[in-house]
Amino acid sequence: MLRIPCPHCGERDYTEFRYAGDATKTRPAHGTTDARAWHDHVFLFVNPKGPHREHWQHVQGCRQWLVLERDTGTNAVGRSWLARAGEPS
Amino acid sequence: MKFLSRYSALALARRALTNARWQRAWRSPDPKPSYDVIIVGGGGHGLATAYYLASRHGIRNVAVLERGYLGSGNVGRNTTLVRSNYLLNGNTQFFEHSLQLWEGLSHELNFNVMLSQRGQIVLAHGPSQLDVLARKGNTMRLNGIDAELMERADVQRFLPFLDYSEQSRFPIYGGLFQSRAGTVRHDAVAWGYARAADRLGVDIIENCEVTGFQRDGDRVIGVETTRGLIHAGRTAISVAGHSSQVAAKLGLRLPIESHILQAFVTEPIKPFLDCVVSFGAELFYISQSDKGGMVFGGHIDGFNTYTQRGQFPKVQTIAECAVALIPSMSRLRLLRHWGGIQDMTPDGSPFIGRTPFRNLYLNAGWCYQGFKATPATGWCLAHTIAHDEEHPLIRHLALDRFERGNGHDEYGLGLWTYKQ
Repeated sequence: MLRIPCPHCGERDYTEFRYAGDATKTRPAHGTTDARAWHDHVFLFVNPKGPHREHWQHVQGCRQWLVLERDTGTNAVGRSWLARAGEPS
Repeated sequence: MKFLSRYSALALARRALTNARWQRAWRSPDPKPSYDVIIVGGGGHGLATAYYLASRHGIRNVAVLERGYLGSGNVGRNTTLVRSNYLLNGNTQFFEHSLQLWEGLSHELNFNVMLSQRGQIVLAHGPSQLDVLARKGNTMRLNGIDAELMERADVQRFLPFLDYSEQSRFPIYGGLFQSRAGTVRHDAVAWGYARAADRLGVDIIENCEVTGFQRDGDRVIGVETTRGLIHAGRTAISVAGHSSQVAAKLGLRLPIESHILQAFVTEPIKPFLDCVVSFGAELFYISQSDKGGMVFGGHIDGFNTYTQRGQFPKVQTIAECAVALIPSMSRLRLLRHWGGIQDMTPDGSPFIGRTPFRNLYLNAGWCYQGFKATPATGWCLAHTIAHDEEHPLIRHLALDRFERGNGHDEYGLGLWTYKQ
């Protein structure tokens, strides 16, 4: 069972969370009219085998969005932090 | 001696009487310095492509490079179902072509792939769902494909052991039956294509991982491997779950995420389920293997991963589907469960065809449906490589379709990988 450390609630089963993909993507600025920039943002994935930063929402807990470090090759879980707070220094 | 390597009654009798050993089904050659075509990935799709290149297009100077051993990937990890009940124009014809190739495959390869056309029924659990199935059935029949709409009473006569009780959470309203659908022994598909391609001169090179590509401008001219540099006139990538890793060696980003799909088999029981059943309330499909085990699968786990080991909550969800559909399965014990890494795309449809690089072709993004597509993928990819132009059956599967707003979303879920 994948267990995710929630900054508020502690370590919980992943089934309490909703997965929301790559957290390193940056949405194009509002008003961007370049269709390719939107295409690349929406449809292309790095899809790494190894370290990955990703968004999860703790829907059955504190409902906060967090960023999790996970290795997609092993599912080993690293640090996590609140998405709105940014990466701790 | 050559005819002896064919599988025939005479060859069988001779070996029974003399105790002579069967020779290996395919050679184990060292890579040559150069090939006309290199296919990266020795799964079902790659082997089928090599076979049709050699047998239909006369291109026999071909190498198939496999990182592990043949049959170690998704060709041996699926639930072995074949069918052609697809709604969208393009998919319908492609998968029907695949089913027709399945129907002749044992003769084509002189290798029994054990196609069993036991039929598949997709269940409807409400009147609107039955309407959707009627529409799909009509589409199939307009394309010359067999399809039969069943009402609840028909289904109950056909499959009396499903849950028709008052307490049923998802009452059965009817279903759509395709009698030509069924199962195939998946290992035999890999072995059969490998053996047939090898006999036509294709080099199948196992334990050979591609580590990079040689380029001349925008043209791919060779591959770097753990067994040295190999030059290639044309190169095709057909590596399923690891498509993004291989494409990244060329700086390509793909509309693909790699996810795990689990599959399950129970302890063997006596013959019980003589067709393939797809639940309509959740993604769940079940059949009974020739050994008696109930073979079934469901959705992906839901987050991208390359570990071929599934999460336990998904085991529970899928077992709940099994018992909701067939209550008498509740006391069966699960014998094994395993996972395969599948390449999920935003619209649930794959990519086959040319790429931004000249002489480089891609076959990837098969989501849940790679196995049943094996013969037609090989057929169409071989055509595409031989002619440097997409086969008419795969023109809707271009890599750049999202740039043109042409997503091909069979189930109408929206262009979002986690819904597919």
